[in-house]
Amino acid sequence: MLFLLGLVILLLSAVRSFTGASDLTSSNTYGAALRLGVPILLAGLGGLYAERTGVVNIGLEGMMILGTWFGAWGGVEFGAWWGVVLGILGGAMGGLVHAVATVSFGVNQIVSGVAVNILAAGVTRFLSVIAFTGHGGGATQSPQVTSNLPNLTVPVLAGGKPFGWQSPDLLGWFERQHWFLVSDVAALFRGFMAELSILTVITLLLVPATYFFLWRTRLGLRMRSVGENPVAAESLGVPVYTMKYLGVIISGALAGLAGAFLVLEAAGIYREGQTGGRGFIGLAAMIFGNWRPSGVAAAAGLFGYADALNLRSAQAVHALLLFVAIALLGLAIWYLIRGRISAGLLSAAFGVLVFVWYAVTEDVPRQFIFITPYVATLLVLAVASQRLRPPAADGLPYRRGQQTS
Amino acid sequence: MDEQAPAVELKAITKTFPGVVANDDVNLTVMPAEIHAVVGENGAGKSTLMKILYGMIRPDGGTTSVNGREVHFRSPKDAIASGIGMVHQHFMLATNLTVLENVVLGSEPTHGGVLDFDAARERIRDLSKTYGVPLDPDRLVEDLAVGERQRVEILKVLYRGARILILDEPTAVLVPQEVEELFRNLKDLKDRGVTIIFISHKLDEVLEIADSITVIRAGHTVATVKPQSVTARQLAELMVGSELPTPETRESTVTDEVMLSVRQMGVRVGERWTLQDVTFDIRRGEIVGIAGVEGNGQRELVDAIMGMRPPQQGSIHLGGEDITLWSSRRRREAGIGYVPEDRHLRGLLLPSPLWENTMLGKQTMPPFSSGPWIDRRGAHQRTVEVIREYHVATPGADTPALALSGGNQQKLIVGREMIAEPKVLIAAQPTRGIDVGAQAAVWEQIRGARAAGLALLLISADLEELIGLSDTLYVILRGTLVAKLDPATVTPEELGSYMTGAREAASA
Amino acid sequence: MNTRMKVAILWLLVPVSAIVLALGVSSLVLIIIGENPLSAFRSMASYGTQPNSLASMVNRAVPLYVAGLAVAIGFKMNLFNIGVEGQYRLAALLSAAAGAAVTLPAPLHIAFIMLVAMAVGAFWAGVAGVLRVKRGVHEVVSTIMLNFIATGLGAYLLANYLRKPRLPNELIIQTRQIPQSGALPNLAVVGGEDLRSFLVIAIAVGIAVYVLIWRARFGYDLRATGINPEAARASGVDPNRMIVRTMLISGAIAGLIGMSDLLGFFHAYTLDFPTGLGFDGIAVALVGLNHPAGIAVAALLFGWVDRAAQILDLEGIPKEVIIITKGVIILSVVVAYEVVRRIVQAQQIKAAAEATRRLEAKKEAVAA
Repeated sequence: MLFLLGLVILLLSAVRSFTGASDLTSSNTYGAALRLGVPILLAGLGGLYAERTGVVNIGLEGMMILGTWFGAWGGVEFGAWWGVVLGILGGAMGGLVHAVATVSFGVNQIVSGVAVNILAAGVTRFLSVIAFTGHGGGATQSPQVTSNLPNLTVPVLAGGKPFGWQSPDLLGWFERQHWFLVSDVAALFRGFMAELSILTVITLLLVPATYFFLWRTRLGLRMRSVGENPVAAESLGVPVYTMKYLGVIISGALAGLAGAFLVLEAAGIYREGQTGGRGFIGLAAMIFGNWRPSGVAAAAGLFGYADALNLRSAQAVHALLLFVAIALLGLAIWYLIRGRISAGLLSAAFGVLVFVWYAVTEDVPRQFIFITPYVATLLVLAVASQRLRPPAADGLPYRRGQQTS
Repeated sequence: MDEQAPAVELKAITKTFPGVVANDDVNLTVMPAEIHAVVGENGAGKSTLMKILYGMIRPDGGTTSVNGREVHFRSPKDAIASGIGMVHQHFMLATNLTVLENVVLGSEPTHGGVLDFDAARERIRDLSKTYGVPLDPDRLVEDLAVGERQRVEILKVLYRGARILILDEPTAVLVPQEVEELFRNLKDLKDRGVTIIFISHKLDEVLEIADSITVIRAGHTVATVKPQSVTARQLAELMVGSELPTPETRESTVTDEVMLSVRQMGVRVGERWTLQDVTFDIRRGEIVGIAGVEGNGQRELVDAIMGMRPPQQGSIHLGGEDITLWSSRRRREAGIGYVPEDRHLRGLLLPSPLWENTMLGKQTMPPFSSGPWIDRRGAHQRTVEVIREYHVATPGADTPALALSGGNQQKLIVGREMIAEPKVLIAAQPTRGIDVGAQAAVWEQIRGARAAGLALLLISADLEELIGLSDTLYVILRGTLVAKLDPATVTPEELGSYMTGAREAASA
Repeated sequence: MNTRMKVAILWLLVPVSAIVLALGVSSLVLIIIGENPLSAFRSMASYGTQPNSLASMVNRAVPLYVAGLAVAIGFKMNLFNIGVEGQYRLAALLSAAAGAAVTLPAPLHIAFIMLVAMAVGAFWAGVAGVLRVKRGVHEVVSTIMLNFIATGLGAYLLANYLRKPRLPNELIIQTRQIPQSGALPNLAVVGGEDLRSFLVIAIAVGIAVYVLIWRARFGYDLRATGINPEAARASGVDPNRMIVRTMLISGAIAGLIGMSDLLGFFHAYTLDFPTGLGFDGIAVALVGLNHPAGIAVAALLFGWVDRAAQILDLEGIPKEVIIITKGVIILSVVVAYEVVRRIVQAQQIKAAAEATRRLEAKKEAVAA
């Protein structure tokens, strides 16, 4: 896995040097990737908690929407930290609705998730009209949230300011030299150390925390058992319904946190439609991450990066085409070596197509940049869906007292 | 030895389900540190009785006593607290978790919420050694063989301090070496004072291992005997309640015309060949029976013949035509009928009315459809015919299938397949869950259809059914046909030995 | 009371309980924000039952109905085509551009536009179907991604290729106008409101869907797959072909969602074209329990509520309260359906056991 990452960085460096699109590997881009990846990571972790207890949560998007609204309202009325708390609670409430419908009433999990999404969109629109119109906002957006969450920047390495003293920015200096590979790696590290929101730090810590919780604690084992074989768990006295409720509510809370982050860190304001499908991209990250926290983090990073380039510069996106072309051709060679002819030829064909696209065009149209993360999601799912190991009872309805035979 | 309180005493247990009396005044007495077998046919009431003992079901009447004291179990937790542990026939294991995780689930050792893996591992290793149940706690259950998985189940109950073990059909899925290992383990456990209750319908095994045998038939306790004083045949009679049916001498209806021909069929799942080099023919007017312990390739064989799983090797011919690459639908339309093993999973649309269920499998053919449209009237008529001829007890053809009892559902399925006069019928456990009278009626229908030229592949766990109906009998073990027997001369005990590989080993 | 009546009454509980709950929750919300629910409902009732309101209700209901049908076909097979939104918008854009590029005699022109729309919708849904069948990608996530991609792709095509040449002061981006031969006339003018004639086509589609699902062999296979995929497979249904075919049909119907507005009102695709109909269609399908008749009722209900609520703004009540009403209806229907289904099943089992007992007794009496 690390080897693959190294290879990717190497290739990115090469393309960056060749095309001069410094945004491809700038620390600003990495920092943006981190910031944009956080909501997806949170949503992905949220999806993970729910699916590890066997409940599919399509309603993540709606719970995130609740998080954005309550995060904004809390931020405006009481301050940024309250915004975070209320955002979490808002998402958790959405989770509760989904849990009641699917676990206690046995409603089809996808139907319930879709219903939660619809309900969340409606409720937030209504609440906006009540709370925001006439107070500086409107039916589709909130007033500006002026309160802020603290930011961290590592001193010495990334130019942080401990106690007001401006420390040197070593990594930044390396980055600016534009040396092949060295500068890119320096930029990568700096991206993770400069202007980190405290929520980002919390989110990153949630990844090992989730691993520890689910794989090393009693409660975590019980939750996972419910997602693998609820009948067995029940026969051993594990309260299956309670575990599922817990998983889904935590799922909602994390989605709510993602929403709060979007508002309080990224945009500073609530806007309708702000979530932009990130709840679903989070689900894709979870699938791609094979339902493991580390995998979700890696996938979220990937999507964040695609999103970051999207915002930063057309030149970088255009350069990315070259990267994708080379990567596809490399993949093709790998397939062909292993004897998988059709997959190899397909990859090669696509690689050539993308390369031609790169060579023939100057830039990528604005609308296409917009759809990059969504296309990336589709591609990732199409490629990855084979070697996956979802929890064995994922998505299956469970009634108390049901037997296997 | 002076009077000891029985480890388990069930007195006058009664339990009724809607439409069925599962237990009627059942008595069971098990002494401490004995291996006590409970035998009976399918549907005799053994499982219900054990579920009551384990606290999964509450009895309508009667008392339960453990170690001399009367108890009232509200849930398995209470039973576990009284020292009772149950090893189910269908393992309750999460394959994606490790042995350790499966064993400790629900009774985890912790340091303030965090799993104490070391304590767990130590205790598991202790138990393993003490009771002779060797297992590596950190292996994924997914990677374990069936016999090893059963040991995990046994470890699960021992871990919770069980001194009374209930094993439900434990040898159903084991190969002979694993059965021997299991019996060794059971004897070791017995020597350490553990009481074992062993549910089975495999009489030879029961005679080998048990200290005491209770026979249950149709919800009653029929007898309690010691193995030394009874033969397998006598036991079987007690179980079934009358003379064993002998295959009647009759005119053979087997013709020379081969209807279904399977050649060198091989199915691979992952790395394992679950079916290998299977070759047989079924002729018009012939019933070919395949006997075998569940899980030896029968399912893959049926799937391959029905077109639901393409074989990696081999071919199938229907009346001379090569159908190996044909779709499932095409095979149905060509006249292959199918009575699936699991009627709920594959045979019925439970919420749908009966007439929509009669169509299942034949929806593209008359009388159920004409052109692209469904012929509702035709479907109704045919359903009424099936109901009448196969004595399906139902208010009407519009009743949803879920409203019928299991036996009536099975009758509908058998009826709908046979009334369509298929060329070949693939029947897996066709009389499972049917009461004895209806079973006899279905057998008559099958015999009648055979006389009219039906070619039938019969896969069954009911040895009497296999012997009574088959013209030719094969035995399948680990994916290959290991024996071809004459049903007229083979005995149930002989057959059972072939099925478990014991006979083969002895004669090798 | 015999079982059939009991079962019918039980099923009726589903919509009734949903509406009661929705009214209750809405009233509560109105009270909390200091409004009088009774006067709000009264205003809505009186405004909503005027003839022109009823015509508007029908106009609004028609696209919702088609959307509900498109979604329901998938739902009946446990296939979740959430991409209806993207499918209809892309279909509307491309069919508008195609319609403006040709001239045909009137009925043919309209049919042509509709066919293009259906083809586009089917294709866009088909992509998700193929991804599901070939790569195991769950259609919920893929269709949602395709929605977003459709937005971007559509915007790109509209801005660069399909655009009507712009007049100096014109700001609207739209496709070329569809000639008169491609416009649907109004059915009638009711109380000053035009009643669009696509209604007739929508009804026809509804009937066609009913016939397809409940009377055709394909529909039997489809329902069987939704009820018990294993049994359907064992009965000869090819699950992969079913999935792709169903997605194609669902997408084709989705393509028609925008036709009422395109052919009857807009006559070109602009960035103002109605959005959100796809998601509303999901709501309507859920509330209509995936049956063409139920969906019709649900579509009319939602159409009426949307129209009647317009009056609330004039009374100073935020009309968005009905969004909550609709949301509660959706959730209650979905939950009530599960509850009632279980009760009905128990009733059916009891009735069957009872009936067979009687039959057996009769048989014994005859034999004796």
